[in-house]
Amino acid sequence: MTISPISLAFRSCKKEKRPALLTYTVAGDNTKRKSLEILNSISNHADIVELGFPHNTPIADGGQIQTSAYRAIQKGIAMKDVFQIVHKFKKSKKSKPLILMGYYNMIYQYGENNFLKKCKKVGVNGLIVVDLPWPENKTFANKCKKNSVIFVQLLSPTTSKKRMKRIINDSHDMIYYISMLGTTGSKLKLSPREILKNYNKVKKIDKNKNCVLGFGITNKSIGSFKNSDGVVVGSEICKEITRSLTNRQNPVTNVSKMVEKLKIKIL
Amino acid sequence: MKIRKNIPLIDQHDKFGFWGGKFGGNFVPETLKKPVEDLTILFEKLRKDKKFVKKRDFYFKNWVGSPTSFIKLESLTKHLGGAQIWTKIVSEANGGAHKIYNATVHCLIAKRAGKKYIVGDTGAGYAGKMLSMAAKKFGLKCKIFMGAKDIKRQKPNCDAMKKNGAEIVPVYTGSQTLVDAVSECMRYWVSNCDTTHMCVGSTVGPNIFVKICGWSTSQISRELFLQIKQEFGTIPKKIKLLNCVGGGSSSFGFWNEFMHYDKRQIEFVGIEAGGPKKSKRHAAPLTYGSKIGILHGAAQYVNQDTEGQIEETESISAGLDYPGVSPLHCFLKDTKRARYTAATDEEALNAYKLVTRCENLNPSLEPSHAFAEAIKLAPKLSKNTIIIVNSCGDAHKDKDILRQRLGKF
Repeated sequence: MTISPISLAFRSCKKEKRPALLTYTVAGDNTKRKSLEILNSISNHADIVELGFPHNTPIADGGQIQTSAYRAIQKGIAMKDVFQIVHKFKKSKKSKPLILMGYYNMIYQYGENNFLKKCKKVGVNGLIVVDLPWPENKTFANKCKKNSVIFVQLLSPTTSKKRMKRIINDSHDMIYYISMLGTTGSKLKLSPREILKNYNKVKKIDKNKNCVLGFGITNKSIGSFKNSDGVVVGSEICKEITRSLTNRQNPVTNVSKMVEKLKIKIL
Repeated sequence: MKIRKNIPLIDQHDKFGFWGGKFGGNFVPETLKKPVEDLTILFEKLRKDKKFVKKRDFYFKNWVGSPTSFIKLESLTKHLGGAQIWTKIVSEANGGAHKIYNATVHCLIAKRAGKKYIVGDTGAGYAGKMLSMAAKKFGLKCKIFMGAKDIKRQKPNCDAMKKNGAEIVPVYTGSQTLVDAVSECMRYWVSNCDTTHMCVGSTVGPNIFVKICGWSTSQISRELFLQIKQEFGTIPKKIKLLNCVGGGSSSFGFWNEFMHYDKRQIEFVGIEAGGPKKSKRHAAPLTYGSKIGILHGAAQYVNQDTEGQIEETESISAGLDYPGVSPLHCFLKDTKRARYTAATDEEALNAYKLVTRCENLNPSLEPSHAFAEAIKLAPKLSKNTIIIVNSCGDAHKDKDILRQRLGKF
């Protein structure tokens, strides 16, 4: 089996002794074309890009991402458009790893097998499904593996050590540690030091697993997580898109600048 | 798919929490896995704890007020000519609706779990009102999530919540109704699950919430079973139990004790909200054959588009205005133990008019949907058929809508 571009991205970041920068944007926010342009331009700085497929009853997203998702759904974004955006993106940036993220009902309605077939075809490298926890996700995660898609298991501060061990054992090349109890983009309730302490507990279980940190990471705090394998910034970017649209500025340039700054902070 | 005998229906799920192998489950973010598991362990312990059950019964009897009365609607029966129409006036319960049972049990559990805060969602405002009442009674701080549209149309219940010291959090996302309130409440719980207990207002949500709610509202049919026996000396040969279905908590509670009876003897009829006559929108996923989807942590029949986006609903009754339905009802539908149909806004209003004209009873718009079906059925049936309608809510909360639509209250 060939090595996933996701694993390669982590490998090259480790060589540069820095965490990988992961960004999250919503497909179709604020239009299909604009979201592709945003994806293209931020991928010049980001190591891995996450692309959300929006759902209208998200139970783990904060206000910023809800707003982005709402804009995209209003414009009529459909799964076929999401795949088309990925397809076009991958045409110009073949080696840039891309992870799709969303809620299970969208996959369920598309049909698990069809969904993965399509993922493989357009070049999706990983998948995060917010409301399909372990062990319920075991069968689906195996299907992902067969289609060369990394299923990213999530861990949170409420996950017990015993459970963590079992989840990590079943995980693929990348895992995602949720920094705190909260929806995406909430204020950091813990100090970066405390978050890192928890994070290191996860790393101790299996230091070879690439573990990224996410939820509530901003321009201010990102510098504190230099010693992690990767950091995810999502809500902060969605917020910038909202701000740009309100001020009638071009979100593509604004967001791109922002991601560039984020990158400098972790170099 | 089959209903098993001698096991409570709420326990007939597999190890992943699915009834009939496909309804329910736990589609929750990882952060909620632990709190859901803790709650599951605690609830399974408490329901076997004689002291806890005694405490529940004590509050049901002395605070909620049990049993609620079971009476024959003589004039309505005479007017329609046909089957006998009876009703269980569950709205006599403290606070004016069946939601008090679930709210009381959740507060008792929260106390045992050592939680100081409790949050809940509400549509018609009854779940919120009752939770605020129970929270006050048991000394818990309470937050209620409610769609902004519902806050406007169910003002009397909002006033009650505020009077009980609860904070109402208006939800402005999506359709600004119950579906959005539940989402927002769950998001709040994701952020605060270490200090806060969540009460889901109906037999919906992740597996354990369906179970706790069903366990609580079953009080209704426990009472009814004894009342029927007392009234008729036996369980009559032909009974139809009519109940409105939104999330499905009152209907499940109304039917549970009769689950093992043959449906030819005791038939369950669930009436969903068909919405305005001229609108395509409705809140009747069972009646109109909606597809299975995931909503609020559970697989269920739910109104959605082909992509999987949850569709907006429309109903005059805020309490039934929900795109999904309890996994328990999906299970009852697929096993054919219950039959489901819908009543339109107009039919519910007409039923309200007729019932209030004939009887000294003031059912809210939710049970008015069930009365609409009773009015349709009764004339076609013989005198020895007993139709029993669960009058599960009082119309006081609907006074603004009724004044607007009927010119009077």
